[in-house]
Amino acid sequence: MKRWLPHPLLSFALLAMWLLLQHSLAPTDVLLGLILAGLIPRLWARLEPPALRLASGFVALRLALRVAGDILWSNLMVMRRIWSRRAEPASGFVTIPLELRDPWGLAVLAAIISATPGTVWVSHDARRQLLVIHVLELVDAATSAGTIKQRYERPLMEILQC
Amino acid sequence: MLMSSLASLMLLIAQLLLLLALAGAVWRLLRGPAVQDRVVALDACYTDGLLLMLAIALRTGSILYVEMALIIALFGFITTMAFAKFLLRGEVIE
Amino acid sequence: MNALQQLPSWAAVLVAGLALMSAVLAFSGSLGLLRFRAFYQRAHAPTLGTTAGVACMVGAVVLCFSLLQDGLAVRALLIGVLLLVTAPIGLLLVVRAALARDHLAGTPGIPPWDDDLEE
Repeated sequence: MKRWLPHPLLSFALLAMWLLLQHSLAPTDVLLGLILAGLIPRLWARLEPPALRLASGFVALRLALRVAGDILWSNLMVMRRIWSRRAEPASGFVTIPLELRDPWGLAVLAAIISATPGTVWVSHDARRQLLVIHVLELVDAATSAGTIKQRYERPLMEILQC
Repeated sequence: MLMSSLASLMLLIAQLLLLLALAGAVWRLLRGPAVQDRVVALDACYTDGLLLMLAIALRTGSILYVEMALIIALFGFITTMAFAKFLLRGEVIE
Repeated sequence: MNALQQLPSWAAVLVAGLALMSAVLAFSGSLGLLRFRAFYQRAHAPTLGTTAGVACMVGAVVLCFSLLQDGLAVRALLIGVLLLVTAPIGLLLVVRAALARDHLAGTPGIPPWDDDLEE
């Protein structure tokens, strides 16, 4: 199993994307998709990506749902901010000390923070484990930092078991 | 009949709003002031153009516009990435 | 003649409503791009269009074409997935580039560029 399919998740994603692009479930398309899903992860393994171990699919699913909800909610918040008559939002940079070290976890955290309207990842110091984000409407820096750590960093560390 | 003309009107308003959004992004693209503003504005142009393509797909019922939107999405990302890289180092390929 | 007239009326209104919601989000994003005074504030604005805006429009397209073609038309979902992955990366790269440039220009009030990317 490990020998033939080094990255089962990647293989599955490739097959799904191939079938979506072809937009058919004809046997020839499925066959070609299976061949691609078998071959491309081998090329990917040659790039020597950092090891990924998923400990809990349930926590991952819960995190995905939470992120989807948060993105919708902050869409509404940012829209209200844009249409409000006060011109200047009180925005600012927030520095957050991180415990997460795993490169996959950091990549996902960056995507979550940047995809949510109102917050964007600015810089990360891997040596001192400090993350800087920019928040559009900053009420209290400590609260924002706590929210990010509690809502996203903790589940990510749980999923990656580190 | 009434419902369907209401839907048509809503779609028309949506298309006009998307055009206005595109115009706003183009305005920011022309005004700047910094280069990074122009890159963000260009990215917004791509997104608004993509949404406009999908709205046209809804109006015409032709799947071809969905393909176009897919291509716009791909090119938008590549463009933004190349520009960001250029702003960071002053050259695209190192 | 438009495609909405071939849909049942409830679906036509739902599809048009989703499209309208998406357009309002994209328009708000553009308005923010014009209104906010600082670059780091303006960078937040277009995320409205790339997240919920794209989600609503993709939902409308999937619903509309599924009913028109008598089968699930999931092709447009690919656009949503693609943007979900690429939009935050693009934003992140531009903001990082802006930070590096601000740092080079000596703009005040900017966090330090102490990333080990430079080492």
